[in-house]
Amino acid sequence: MAVVAPPSREAAARVIRLEQVWKSRPGLLGWLTTTDHKRIGLLYFWTTLVSFAAGGAEALIMRTQLERPNNDVVSPSTYDQLFSMHGITMIFFFIIPMTTGAFGNYLLPLMIGARDMAFPRMNALSFWIFLASGIFIYTSLFMGSAPDAGWFNYVPLANATYNPGPAIDFYCLGIVFNGIASTLTAGQFIVTILTCRAPGMSLNRMPLFCYAFLAASFGLLFALPVLSADTIFLFLDRNVGTHFFDVAHGGSALLWQHLFWFFGHPEVYILIVPAFGIATEIIPAFTQRRMTAFPLVAIAELLVVFIGFGVWAHHMFATGIPTVTMIFFAAASAMVVIPSTIQVFAWCWTMVMGGGRFRTPLLFIAGFVFMFVTGGLTGIMFVAIPFDQQVTDTYFIVAHFHYIIFGAAVFPIFGGMYYWFPKVTGKLYFERPGQISFWVLFVGTNLLFFPMHVVGLLGMPRRVYTYSDGLGWAAYNLAETIGGFITAAGIVLLLGNLFVSYFRGAAAGPDPWHGPTLEWSTSSPPPEYNFAVVPKVSSAYANWDHADREEDRRRLESGVLVLDEGHLQPAVTPVDGDLSEVVEMPHGSPWPIVLALALSLVFAMLVLEKYGAAAIGGILCIAALAGWHWHEPEEATG
Amino acid sequence: MRAGAYAVVVGATLVLAGCGNTQNALAPKSHQAQDIASLFWWMMGGAWIGLAVVVGLLVIAWRRRGGAEGADEKTAERRGWFVVIGAGMALPIAVIAALFVISDVFVIRTTQAPAASATRLTVLVTGHQWWWEFRYPGTRAVTANELHIPIRAPVRVEVRTADVIHSFWVPQLNRKIDAIPGRTNSIELDADAVGSYRGQCAEFCGVQHAHMGIDLVAESEAEFRQWLARQARTASPPTTAAASRGQELFTSAGCQSCHAIRGTAAAGDVGPDLTHLASRRTLGALAIPNTRDYLRSWITESQEVKPGNQMPNLDLAPDRLDDLVAYLQGLR
Repeated sequence: MAVVAPPSREAAARVIRLEQVWKSRPGLLGWLTTTDHKRIGLLYFWTTLVSFAAGGAEALIMRTQLERPNNDVVSPSTYDQLFSMHGITMIFFFIIPMTTGAFGNYLLPLMIGARDMAFPRMNALSFWIFLASGIFIYTSLFMGSAPDAGWFNYVPLANATYNPGPAIDFYCLGIVFNGIASTLTAGQFIVTILTCRAPGMSLNRMPLFCYAFLAASFGLLFALPVLSADTIFLFLDRNVGTHFFDVAHGGSALLWQHLFWFFGHPEVYILIVPAFGIATEIIPAFTQRRMTAFPLVAIAELLVVFIGFGVWAHHMFATGIPTVTMIFFAAASAMVVIPSTIQVFAWCWTMVMGGGRFRTPLLFIAGFVFMFVTGGLTGIMFVAIPFDQQVTDTYFIVAHFHYIIFGAAVFPIFGGMYYWFPKVTGKLYFERPGQISFWVLFVGTNLLFFPMHVVGLLGMPRRVYTYSDGLGWAAYNLAETIGGFITAAGIVLLLGNLFVSYFRGAAAGPDPWHGPTLEWSTSSPPPEYNFAVVPKVSSAYANWDHADREEDRRRLESGVLVLDEGHLQPAVTPVDGDLSEVVEMPHGSPWPIVLALALSLVFAMLVLEKYGAAAIGGILCIAALAGWHWHEPEEATG
Repeated sequence: MRAGAYAVVVGATLVLAGCGNTQNALAPKSHQAQDIASLFWWMMGGAWIGLAVVVGLLVIAWRRRGGAEGADEKTAERRGWFVVIGAGMALPIAVIAALFVISDVFVIRTTQAPAASATRLTVLVTGHQWWWEFRYPGTRAVTANELHIPIRAPVRVEVRTADVIHSFWVPQLNRKIDAIPGRTNSIELDADAVGSYRGQCAEFCGVQHAHMGIDLVAESEAEFRQWLARQARTASPPTTAAASRGQELFTSAGCQSCHAIRGTAAAGDVGPDLTHLASRRTLGALAIPNTRDYLRSWITESQEVKPGNQMPNLDLAPDRLDDLVAYLQGLR
């Protein structure tokens, strides 16, 4: 838009100065030392695509094994590693880093009119730790001893008696390692969302996307420490001889489950709330309407995570916990339905009001609503404790949460890939293949997951590497396997479309959808400084406020809030969004990747039980942190 | 070797399928399972209605695509609040409150652990990697993987574990209940009809979680009493020369270090009690049928039939194997 092609010579000079100030280092070194949230977002994107491929391949091997009764494609112990790694990969190495790491990093600063995250180097650190933790945990697979007690990793099956060998140590340490990255991201997002918004963007003018990521970040921040504690306890039980989970010595096997699900259930909402955020961007863009009942939707996005912290024991209804406890958690689980139904009807109503252009992104959101409601309705059934106790640990549950996780988290991710593709690449994707990829995925996932409801009710338990003939399960399993391969074909088509579009697509221009939020007010792809001026904001759909965008142009002409005299970004008050100060932002730095490498050494040595070497790694970490901060004053002077 | 085991297992399941067993939770054979199934049918009806409403809205949105819309923004927003509060809050609160009361106040009473005095018969269930042990307190009866109960008589089932977490589950009779270290959990079984009902461990318990079946036989009170009396007896002594040699082999080949046969010196407590092995219908917790040929393959290549299970392959000469099988098949 005119922002990047300003008419006057003074304005052009300001833009050139911004370009010089915000320029990254060239080449590979630039990527290794980057602190640019867009580059970090892209690094996350490519990395998580690799883990998505790995998790998907694991799923396809499992589906091939289950395609017929008594099949012999993989051995039982391989199958156990596959389903454990599939869960760990899809949750910790695909969905969380894809939504928060890739979408959140790339889009949040653009949406709130910022030039970068609040702590750009911490952001880089988060990515390198994430990458290292992924390599760490997959090393176990290549060593032939991947975690094999499920992503839920119940004790005593996961303790040293029943699971000697390094597999579970990889799990414990990998989870903690990965948790550091997610915690850094979560803290980063909260501070960024609360203090880096463009002046004028009070909380009630903040896009719903940001509410969703705020909710997910708070969720991660409060849930992850509990998981880390749980896995550290287990690591100590296994390697040091403590008795946290050892019943024979006064420990408790159920303690693991309580702590795990205290994290695990909020985790589900952490996975899907960012997807809600994506939906609340795409629906307004393609209907050209503001979201109905905006305040209710914003509160619902926060509430769904908050209430999500009070429902964990509904994963444990078959463990024999007291009836009164179960009733409490069933009631809490019933309550969490309400913020979800609020959002469903707000999405639907906004679409019903008409004028929607059902291009690929909106198709994915419509598909998402269908899948989320299907998974949600089976979810409501678990409020009925006796029914939950009947179908828990069967394929009915597998069907339910795949409708939620694939349908409600991954469909919006796909929709978001199409929706923001023009922004990130500056190219338009091909519409017809895009729509075909949606329909292939819609048919494939439903064929893959719907029969699981039936086969679960017919009594098929989860996590079995094979099953007998004559129980009526075979035909459904075959259908699921076929659905699995159709789904895989749909994903290949989707990614292939985007890949070809990157090279052959038509130029997109800054705002091909007439999008509602600020990322569409800058060029595609956005410049390193994001916005030539700090944008004026007077509503949550800032890009539709044409007077404000005119004001941005005038600001550039007059030099107000261009902040081209340094590596600068405004900071605001958390609630009202009033300008409080202009802060100097750090430049690219090698220290984040150095610190991540030192930390990798610590975890690698811990898993090898070389504690002395791990301590040396710890000293290197401290040295890296010292080096990081040694340079801080120098950078601060600009 | 694996292909051979595969053939064994395929053949086995064809035979097992002949029992007509099913784990269908929607084919209830007790009032508890019936309540749960009814609950499901009602919830499913409601779920289809809910899904139809949302699909209806999506279809309307699709039909109005691209066209000039009806209501202006203000009217649309006012109606939107009405829809979101009505359909998104009030209606679900009413429906879910009703579901909560019906299922968690009323139905739950029958599917929870029975009161201590409510049943005459108790069965102690112990989960092992990867088989089930059943004991009948007050008698000496111990059996594995095959659980007999009388019909139309509530039975208290107390569930424990010897190692990791398992979950006892016979879907046609009741919901599942976990076996957790350090705890005793219980549920009630109350079969309506004579028959055999298949169950299976429902909590992942390691490499052979898939083959940890339960063959539950519900029979008349008289038949059950007969069966129980028979199971409580010590083993019948071998009647043929081959079987006698087999009994000696049971000791010398090391079987007795894991398995007990009551009335003999064999008193191992690692694997299933084999006192009445020949009376059971399956081997390896429903992995294969209990016939002569399958028993032979179970002894010599159990690691191929059920990879990773705790019984080693026994390397026996064919004639010695014949003797051992003759002995085991005499344990009725």
